Amino acid sequence: MSPRRIPGLARPAAVSFTFEGEALAAPAGEPLATALACAGHAALRASPAAGTPRGAFCFMGSCQECLVLVDGVPRQACLVPVRAGMAVWRVAL
Amino acid sequence: MRRCDLIVLGAGPAGAEAALAASGAGLDVVLVEEAAAAGGQVWRAPAAASPPGLDPFPAEAEARAGAALRARLAASPVESWFGARAWSVIRPAEGGFRLDAAGPEGPLACAAPRLVAATGAVERVIPFPGWTLPGVIGLAAATVLLKAQGVLPGQRVVVAGCGPLLAAVAAKILAAGGEVVAVVDRAAPAEWLAASRALASRPRLLARGLGWALRIAGRRVPVHFAHAVRAAEGDEALRRLRIAPLDASGGFAPGGAERVLEADALCIGDGLVPGAEIPRLLRARLRFDRALGGWVPELDAEGRTSLPGLFAVGDGAGLRGQAPAVHAGRIAGLAAAQEAGRLDAAAFAAATAPERAALAGLAPFAAAMAGLMALRPGAVRDIAPETVICRCEDVTRGMLDAAFDEGAREVNQVKHFTRCGMGPCQGRSCGDVAAEIIAARLGGAREAAGFWTGRPPLRPVPLADLLGEFDYADIPIPAPAPL
Repeated sequence: MSPRRIPGLARPAAVSFTFEGEALAAPAGEPLATALACAGHAALRASPAAGTPRGAFCFMGSCQECLVLVDGVPRQACLVPVRAGMAVWRVAL
Repeated sequence: MRRCDLIVLGAGPAGAEAALAASGAGLDVVLVEEAAAAGGQVWRAPAAASPPGLDPFPAEAEARAGAALRARLAASPVESWFGARAWSVIRPAEGGFRLDAAGPEGPLACAAPRLVAATGAVERVIPFPGWTLPGVIGLAAATVLLKAQGVLPGQRVVVAGCGPLLAAVAAKILAAGGEVVAVVDRAAPAEWLAASRALASRPRLLARGLGWALRIAGRRVPVHFAHAVRAAEGDEALRRLRIAPLDASGGFAPGGAERVLEADALCIGDGLVPGAEIPRLLRARLRFDRALGGWVPELDAEGRTSLPGLFAVGDGAGLRGQAPAVHAGRIAGLAAAQEAGRLDAAAFAAATAPERAALAGLAPFAAAMAGLMALRPGAVRDIAPETVICRCEDVTRGMLDAAFDEGAREVNQVKHFTRCGMGPCQGRSCGDVAAEIIAARLGGAREAAGFWTGRPPLRPVPLADLLGEFDYADIPIPAPAPL
């Protein structure tokens, strides 16, 4: 999955954050799940039982597939706006 | 604890209009919404903190209607709690309702004699091997990406499922410069033709739909009618899809020729399921109505459930779409005001008459759209045994069948046997399909398969969000039990 931002649209200025220690940038306020997908990180975690790769699916807070740790707290990435300095990690099982 | 006259849960078209109508009639209203702004999915606000130019389709009526609704709410006395995840609704001993939510700055609670549930619908996806791969997303998810965030879902996109969102999503991707590999529609052309008479009752929407179809045809995007996705393949993410033709039951046609489509994104949605979670949680009477999307609360003409003081409106009370939701919401808001003594019978009749008339006029279109999105009985028949049904717990179709063979006869037993529906999404993604699979084993009636008992919390909530700030000295210590 390689989502990309539609060019030519006005967007807020990009801010920096990290995912698994890697420095990334995205428009401030963009949902984190979208920002990670646009940065090439479609797979965000492994399913607890079978260990298969999972990524954001519903993008509206229902399916719980995009769970990540945001500054140490488990959050649905699709409901968290990107903020400068945010440290995002995969959920370790 | 905030006490008010009316709690409205959900700020989509139905809930926001219910709140505005009740507030306009003099009620003190608290409107609770998980998202950062009102509008629901159809009138979703552009991403937070972005300038108005972000919406790539500003000319669309939906964007203007959503902005107008948000402006009316902001100018009204309605107290809106945005970013508040409601996790509990109870009926306390003293009567009425109490709602608890995890808000952006900590726990929130409100109580009122009446509550309007306007929690919307969730998307149904009929599972197939590989549907858990990253790169496979919901059709409604694609509209969120395109409309609210200005993002194309992939480089080479397949749009699949059923209903009007198919053409809407494909046309938007093309308009934004993306590539649509194919549109895969469960419906046959004859089904669209059969619906066309009802669709013509709303000429502007029909014209918009035809505009989408023309754009798709103009770009020579293949449209595979009466087809569905049979499998998605890839290692860490989606690489290709296999699609196959359907028969009249909605299942795969025996011996039908498969096609392979190379794609890095699949946007798929097989209709919507009413999210009737509040009536279910509070044990209001439900009924199964396939044409309305599934289990819906029993309602009177003003949106009252079987529980005194509890109303249900919008797609969460039965799929009718955005336009009817507006009117049903206003009627329920006015009915709550009348119950509270703020409107006499004559004023209530006068205020609701135009809303009732509008609802009646919109009914044929709503029924036709819901019909195109209804679950076809044959669709779950051919789900392969190794297919994951419950994404959260990796429960396969074969495990559900095994539970049935071991004696599980309704969905709560199946849940206990297999953990299907027990994960963090609480069965929102799999519940409808799992129940359909069990119903088929029971002879077809969904009533026999039942529905999952509603339990709090309504959403997974971190304990820290619920506890808030406290000192250990504040914790009351009960007296020791006498020896």
